[in-house]
Amino acid sequence: MSPNDEVLLEVKNLVKIFGSGKSAIKAVDDVSFSIKRGEILSLLGESGSGKTTTARIILKLLPPTEGKIIFKGKDITYVNDRKNLLDYWREVQAIFQDPFSSFNNFYSVKRVLNNVFHLIKNNISKDEKEERIRESLINVGLNPDDVLNKRPHELSGGQRQRIMLARILVIRPSILIADEPTSMIDASSRAGILNLLLDLRKDYGMSVMFITHDIGLAYYTSDKLLIMNNGQIVESGDAETIINSPKHPYTIRLLSDVPVLNRKWEL
Amino acid sequence: MGNLLTANHLRAYYKTVQGEEIKAVDDVFLEVKEGEVLGIAGESGCGKSTLASVLSFTILPPLYLVGGEVMVDSKNIFTLEKEILRRDIKGKYISVVPQGAMNSLNPTARIKNFVIDIIKEHFPEMTKEEALRRARERFEALSLPPRILDAYPHQLSGGMKQRTVTVISTLLNPNILIADEPTSALDVSSQKIVIKLFVELLKRNIIKSIVFITHELPLLRHFADRIAIMYAGKIVELGPMEEVIFSPRHPYTKLLMSSVLVPEPGMKEKKIEAIPGVPPDLKNPPSGCRFHPRCPSYIEGICERTSPELIEIAPSHRVSCFLYGGKDVA
Repeated sequence: MSPNDEVLLEVKNLVKIFGSGKSAIKAVDDVSFSIKRGEILSLLGESGSGKTTTARIILKLLPPTEGKIIFKGKDITYVNDRKNLLDYWREVQAIFQDPFSSFNNFYSVKRVLNNVFHLIKNNISKDEKEERIRESLINVGLNPDDVLNKRPHELSGGQRQRIMLARILVIRPSILIADEPTSMIDASSRAGILNLLLDLRKDYGMSVMFITHDIGLAYYTSDKLLIMNNGQIVESGDAETIINSPKHPYTIRLLSDVPVLNRKWEL
Repeated sequence: MGNLLTANHLRAYYKTVQGEEIKAVDDVFLEVKEGEVLGIAGESGCGKSTLASVLSFTILPPLYLVGGEVMVDSKNIFTLEKEILRRDIKGKYISVVPQGAMNSLNPTARIKNFVIDIIKEHFPEMTKEEALRRARERFEALSLPPRILDAYPHQLSGGMKQRTVTVISTLLNPNILIADEPTSALDVSSQKIVIKLFVELLKRNIIKSIVFITHELPLLRHFADRIAIMYAGKIVELGPMEEVIFSPRHPYTKLLMSSVLVPEPGMKEKKIEAIPGVPPDLKNPPSGCRFHPRCPSYIEGICERTSPELIEIAPSHRVSCFLYGGKDVA
């Protein structure tokens, strides 16, 4: 499935200022973009460029200083009540960078996944829940009997990230924000996780937004790239075009900093 | 040029309280030649970091040296007295930048206090002022602002901390610098600056060789002279960079290369593949070739029986796989 033209989420002129007066830092500076249904895009930038702050604002974990977030035509910038927030989070979900701290260490995998049903409308029978959890685990390449009764410390980083993905599969949101989903796991398991994420779009038409500094990952997965520097989006567009002919000086520098296989790296 | 260090049949195991052994480094052969950058690559848990600890003689329980030798100047280091090892070898002949070193700076001490401690440990007669002067000169020579010395670690960025730790670990002009994943927590731009520092250290003859441990093969492509690929405590392929990257021989190296993601035209059409399965539990490694349960070229009746030796298949290119011959003790 390729992206169609239905815009799911739109952010307009987003600004986030931390601190005040002299020490104020503009972490996000007039950022606007939109996510279409079934689209995969990447917000790319170096550490401290404001990409995670942008993601947190979209996830309603942080209020913006200025700007608007419009989801399915509704302005949700100032939505604050629990019911509406839960409705929003049913549609917009995230997986984070550190699979070692995204779990409650005292909960078994079964409990983590069962808790998901608090978010979804709760008229599903126990058997049905179990069935759906098992199905999701198999989909992410884990054997349910192996992992269901384990606790997070008994699993590797790649396995934990897969469980986060199984959680996403149970919820089936329309947008997934993936904040550096593979930076803490091995290159060899990275490919597996990324291919799973690509399948989410193919099978469920899910939109995925990667927040990353890994340009290889962004290029491989995305239709569209947004290059962020110092809180601003300096270049955006079709992934192929940006990688082959970057325009903005910052993008050019960023691309020249990546070690690739067939071009010499100036040291 | 000669070898700065040769390791033979190196074995180092972790011992658990239950009395089990985790064979993290098992029968490893390695040479570090003068003037080279030797890259060591492999998945997490393959024993790369343990190898770094062993080569830098920071073997602390529960890690134990089980066998093998590390030769420096035709002397086996492990037979030396502890005090001599600490004074003359560690930090002076071999120095190490451990994994996550940038977070190991003391948060309540200024960088200069740490630096003075190190220099005074090895040169007790040197005054504080002299030690500090040397450090300042070195920082300037490598174009790091000397004001870093007056800073506390939290005042520095990640890339800056990593460079600071690297410069500090080379203050005593060690022959070999072992760097364990020095850039894996940094973004691409800071990563490049750190790599440039390593190149500069070599150029200025401050260090003679680098052992660079990473899981990023594209990085080694630009920086290493030779690459060793490690799997489950063993070296499975060892050869010149060009050959290992562009015409890998061992099935594991091939799979590693196919999971590499780089932003190059054409990459998008290629479907990258994960290596099926997970690295083995080193408490109980598979019999024979340790890669056989995940290997696409697995030959039944051979691979699970005996462990293939690391044999030379081309000048200075060694592979341990039955596809390239080797003793078949059936």
